[in-house]
Amino acid sequence: MNILVCISSVPDTTSKIAFSDNDTKFVSAGITYIIGPYDDYALARAVELKEAAGNGNITVFHVGEADSEPVIRKALAIGADDAVRVNAAATDGYFVAQQIAAYAANKNYDLILMGRESIDYNSGIVHGLVGEQLGVTSVSPVMKLEISGNLATMDREIEGGKETIQAALPLVLGCQEPIAEWKIPSMRGIMSARTKSLQVIEPVSTQSGMQFEKYELPAPRTTCKMIGADQVQELVSLLKSEAKVI
Amino acid sequence: MSVLVFLESSEGQIKKSALEALVFAGHIASHEQSQIVGVVFGQPSNLTEAGTYGAARILNITDSRFSAMDAQAFAEALAGAARHAGSNTVVLAKSALADSVMAKLASMLDATAATNVVAQPDFSNGFSVKRSIFTGKAFENVKLTASHKVISVKKNAVAMVENPAAGTIEEFTPSLSAKAFAIKSLATDKTTGEVLLSDAEIVVSGGRGLKGPENWGMVTDMAKILGAATGCSKPVSDLHWRPHHEHVGQTGIKVSPNLYVAIGISGAIQHVAGISSSKVIVAINKDADAPIFKVATYGIVGDAFDVVPKLTDALKSAI
Repeated sequence: MNILVCISSVPDTTSKIAFSDNDTKFVSAGITYIIGPYDDYALARAVELKEAAGNGNITVFHVGEADSEPVIRKALAIGADDAVRVNAAATDGYFVAQQIAAYAANKNYDLILMGRESIDYNSGIVHGLVGEQLGVTSVSPVMKLEISGNLATMDREIEGGKETIQAALPLVLGCQEPIAEWKIPSMRGIMSARTKSLQVIEPVSTQSGMQFEKYELPAPRTTCKMIGADQVQELVSLLKSEAKVI
Repeated sequence: MSVLVFLESSEGQIKKSALEALVFAGHIASHEQSQIVGVVFGQPSNLTEAGTYGAARILNITDSRFSAMDAQAFAEALAGAARHAGSNTVVLAKSALADSVMAKLASMLDATAATNVVAQPDFSNGFSVKRSIFTGKAFENVKLTASHKVISVKKNAVAMVENPAAGTIEEFTPSLSAKAFAIKSLATDKTTGEVLLSDAEIVVSGGRGLKGPENWGMVTDMAKILGAATGCSKPVSDLHWRPHHEHVGQTGIKVSPNLYVAIGISGAIQHVAGISSSKVIVAINKDADAPIFKVATYGIVGDAFDVVPKLTDALKSAI
């Protein structure tokens, strides 16, 4: 099986989000970058599928500048065989999708996997755009994935529950839990990741219809109003008359 | 010219979020001096509401196959409706179905897709929208420069304002390709008649502090009194105390209710990421240092087993 796993490099969940330069730049100093958690699920499932099949190749694909390489090496340590980095900032979902589609175009991947969305920009459109561009069926979000021969059986999340569906390969999938458990790289994995191939390519040029203007932070939350454990009546009054939510 | 709005239904009724999408579209239509065309599937029972909130025309698609949530089919149908109505902009309320349709629909219309829009558009310098990013921790303002746009709108992005229009209903049959409904559906497992978490105005949620699934009665009791949906934290879902689709958090459902009640939930960042769009958060936890109190509006430090039943009783009398 030939699998392309597309990963984003994102600030970890505990990061404090701050902007500079008149709210036009993200402050990355002091931020720890990780593989996007949803992409991490996709990668874990890919490694499981490859191990179960006993053969196959997993290429990890990332759009980002050289400072993302440690995150790519982590994906290699988790079990991808080789990696490709498009040397460009991931400006928006459309741009990223065009890079993936251009790379994957003639390579006949059985599966192109990624997270349902990246946790930084939350566009959630990359898998769909890649599928449309390549003429390959895309499904998201996928919570369970089994492959038998050329057939994929999946659970996808729908409002209020899930649907079990079947489709033939090739597929582009947006993944989420509980498709697999996140994998922690072994010492062996970390060592071998250092010598696995990480190819850097230049981006294809695209015309995006979305132009970034500026960032904004939400209004800060007010301090929590504490209420005594035996004064639930007071809370109810506040919810009714002050907050007006009941 | 027109703005097309997908009026998604749930259990035979146009969803409230879809009516919000109409109001959002109204801001565009009034700027462009165009009209709003709504698209419904299966003739929902509250069609007059679509007229009340601005739809001049409503395209009704009655093909019964659309009761299955096939993303390809919905995307093709909406693309066909957009071409039929001469719409450069399509607006959808964010939902599981809308999320699955966005990219496909945008590609079919050669449009830019802007997801998770949280406020009415800004026309002061072109067509700009505000998107939610970093899972609700920040926003980005982006200008949409292509002629065609597909926009998904989050709950509470705009204030609901009536804007009566004709709401004339027309039957519409989109032409569909062989790819529509091509994915085989083997089984569907979903709850009906319950309040959907992502749409809920009130959510009552439980965490590991409740010690076990057998104690969930007090969560469901409070939810029933409030007409609320029930949620849970990631550990509770991982432990299979509650079904996966109740998991609220960074990698679970993101909710935007008016009221979120967190019972026995410590407030780890992963959970807070799922609730940050809540208008009011009430936290009940026996640990005064629990991080949930940093994001809560109102807090009670106490034993949930003691406080929750008392609070439920007090709510019963008040509602």
